[in-house]
Amino acid sequence: MAEYLIQTMGLPGWLTWSLLAVLSAVLILNLMAGGALVFIWAERKVSARIQDRLGPTRTGGRFGWLQSLADGIKLLAKEDLMPERADKMLFRVAPYVSFCASFAAFIGLPFAFDMVALRLNVGVFYVVAVLGLEVFGVILAGYASASKWSLFGAMREAAQVVSYEVPLGMCIVVPVMLAGTMDLVTIAEKQSGWFTNWYLFHDPFTFVVFWVYTTCAVASVNRAPFDLAEAESELVAGFHTEYSGLRWSFFYMAEYSSMFLVSGLAAILFLGGWNGPVPIASLLGLSEGSGESTGAFVRLLGLANFLGKATLGVLFMMWIRWTLPRLRIDQVMTTCLKYCTPIAAVMFAGAMTWLWVFPGGC
Amino acid sequence: MSQVIDDDPRIIEFDVRTDEMLVNMGPQHPSTHGVLRLVLRTDGEVVSEVEPHIGYLHRCAEKIGENISARQFIPYTDRMDYLAGMNMNLGWSLAVEKLMRLQVTEKARHLRVLIAELGRIASHLVGMGAYGLDLGTFSPFLYAFREREKILNLFEEACGARLTYSYITVGGLTADLPPGWLGRCEAFLNEFEPIIREYHALLTTNAIFVKRTGGIGVLSPEMAINYGCSGPVLRGSGVDQDMRRDGEPIYTAMYDGYAFEVAVMKDGTYPRDRAYPAVPADAVLGDCWHRFFVRMLEVVQSMELIRQAIDRYSACTGSLGEPVKIAEKIPAGDVYLETECPKGQMGFYLIGNGTPKPWRVRARSSSFSNLSVLPELCHGCLIADVPAIVGSLDIVMGEIDR
Repeated sequence: MAEYLIQTMGLPGWLTWSLLAVLSAVLILNLMAGGALVFIWAERKVSARIQDRLGPTRTGGRFGWLQSLADGIKLLAKEDLMPERADKMLFRVAPYVSFCASFAAFIGLPFAFDMVALRLNVGVFYVVAVLGLEVFGVILAGYASASKWSLFGAMREAAQVVSYEVPLGMCIVVPVMLAGTMDLVTIAEKQSGWFTNWYLFHDPFTFVVFWVYTTCAVASVNRAPFDLAEAESELVAGFHTEYSGLRWSFFYMAEYSSMFLVSGLAAILFLGGWNGPVPIASLLGLSEGSGESTGAFVRLLGLANFLGKATLGVLFMMWIRWTLPRLRIDQVMTTCLKYCTPIAAVMFAGAMTWLWVFPGGC
Repeated sequence: MSQVIDDDPRIIEFDVRTDEMLVNMGPQHPSTHGVLRLVLRTDGEVVSEVEPHIGYLHRCAEKIGENISARQFIPYTDRMDYLAGMNMNLGWSLAVEKLMRLQVTEKARHLRVLIAELGRIASHLVGMGAYGLDLGTFSPFLYAFREREKILNLFEEACGARLTYSYITVGGLTADLPPGWLGRCEAFLNEFEPIIREYHALLTTNAIFVKRTGGIGVLSPEMAINYGCSGPVLRGSGVDQDMRRDGEPIYTAMYDGYAFEVAVMKDGTYPRDRAYPAVPADAVLGDCWHRFFVRMLEVVQSMELIRQAIDRYSACTGSLGEPVKIAEKIPAGDVYLETECPKGQMGFYLIGNGTPKPWRVRARSSSFSNLSVLPELCHGCLIADVPAIVGSLDIVMGEIDR
């Protein structure tokens, strides 16, 4: 697109790139905000159905589909409270740190072939590193709130997320090793074809790694049963106890977009990215490169595949949230250090051996 | 001089320790079951001391009881344990009847059993659901309330109220059951019975649930007795005591001819653990898991009692009898009676002086005694265990503060 603009419109290079950057940012920001709204609504409906309730039914006509928007308006209109003894500057900054970390990680996430804001040759590394920054927002919020409950939540989050990044990183290294690259687009491309080409089914080790990744991903985005940082029955609301209104909603949005992000990452690393279980496009003889309109069609198909997979991941997280009780902090740490990390390490070694024994796949 | 020693780098290096923190849990905390306030002294996540503060729901019910007639006090008992109003009504009614040497008719007796046991199920359902909430799972709470709602519908049909019933009263009950009620009650039981397995799957046998409750807050039988614990808290520690079987004759006579086994662990097994989950390896007698499990067993036990009561009640031909007049005089003398309420042994003490108004009214709350062991149970537990332990005691602040 950049070349197209430069060559046919005659725009100067710097302007083109700036325009494209703004365009990507706007698209991603809207996707993230819109996605979060949809997921918040979905969480309400899913939890309601799990619990024998109806959930929102009236806002916006059928199914209460405008509920999240109505909530957003309510949050905008809410009084903005700040504890008297709070560290004012950090208290204000914290939600944006969380939100920006979550938002920035989307820049490296491809949604379909060539549909990525910035194709990085270290895409995986970038996404995981930036996502890890989210914890700073939570720690800042907990510290700046001048509330003991918030501080508890923040310290739990710090301990938990930092620990879980170790097994999470080990799990992510396995597909990277199989693909031989850290570029997310290439990793997904290598899994094209039938669903048996997905890294999930590459060998027994990757299959196990996927589930370890799922556990660690749930823990690293603070969802039940690992939602220790905001453990409602223990810490009132954890790190966001003192937050209200729009600031609180930024934490909320960050949580939902992180959920989508880790699910999307799982889709790309293990579930073939935008390649569907059945290669419809290649069976029909179409490919991304074949002509303007068919190429766009194939890409849209890929986008639907990717969004579907990531949404399934999010729904899975909702399902376990509304089913399982919460673990205790020491049990969370035990799960990470005694189970997830060793299993991930062994599986990593196993996958490595597999690759050595069957270099071309089995 | 001491300043110099304190500043010695060698001492500082080996004397690094974290400061203790004083945290206030409640009375607006989401998991303190109403308005309980706990002052926690913690070292990081580890709780070293818990001090319960009560009194936020004090409404002088006992003093009010000295200014109104014995029957007028019934609505105040509803508001003590507001989750088991029927059982509270029953406790007070029996105490007054004991003083007045009244005996209710056979029909009223069976209806009382029926209603009291339904109340027990309703109360245990809240206890179970709220316990799930304390452990961070929201869904069982709503499942429990869904079933409780059906019991409340039955109560509403019988007496017109859903929470504060004043149905069981001195000398009998305020009204007989409406037509068709027994059939609907039976339908509820048949609907409810298979659902209990789902609760076991969601909570009792859930690995995370067992991890969170097994071996936590272990209450030894001796300590339970020393602190005056009662109800499922006492039976969860393996002490075989149930007022319905071991109480005073006027109360046990109510359950005459009813077959039930007290839900308590004897020789390592529960009376009904054939049909229900086995005790997990992590659970220790007297811990949160056992207290919870005893409640679950009592729900089944109450269902069987209700079935028996339905049969007996429908076989009764006589009348329900009339409750005493509002301003009925109560004889001089004093009386104390404990009944088995869902939360434990609820005792009422009253002194009559020949007028309609009692001269003295006191209530002995089971939740109060059960809560008093909390500081003992919370030594060295984690913050997350505090709601787990409080929830397993299943307290109701309305009863503690009266």
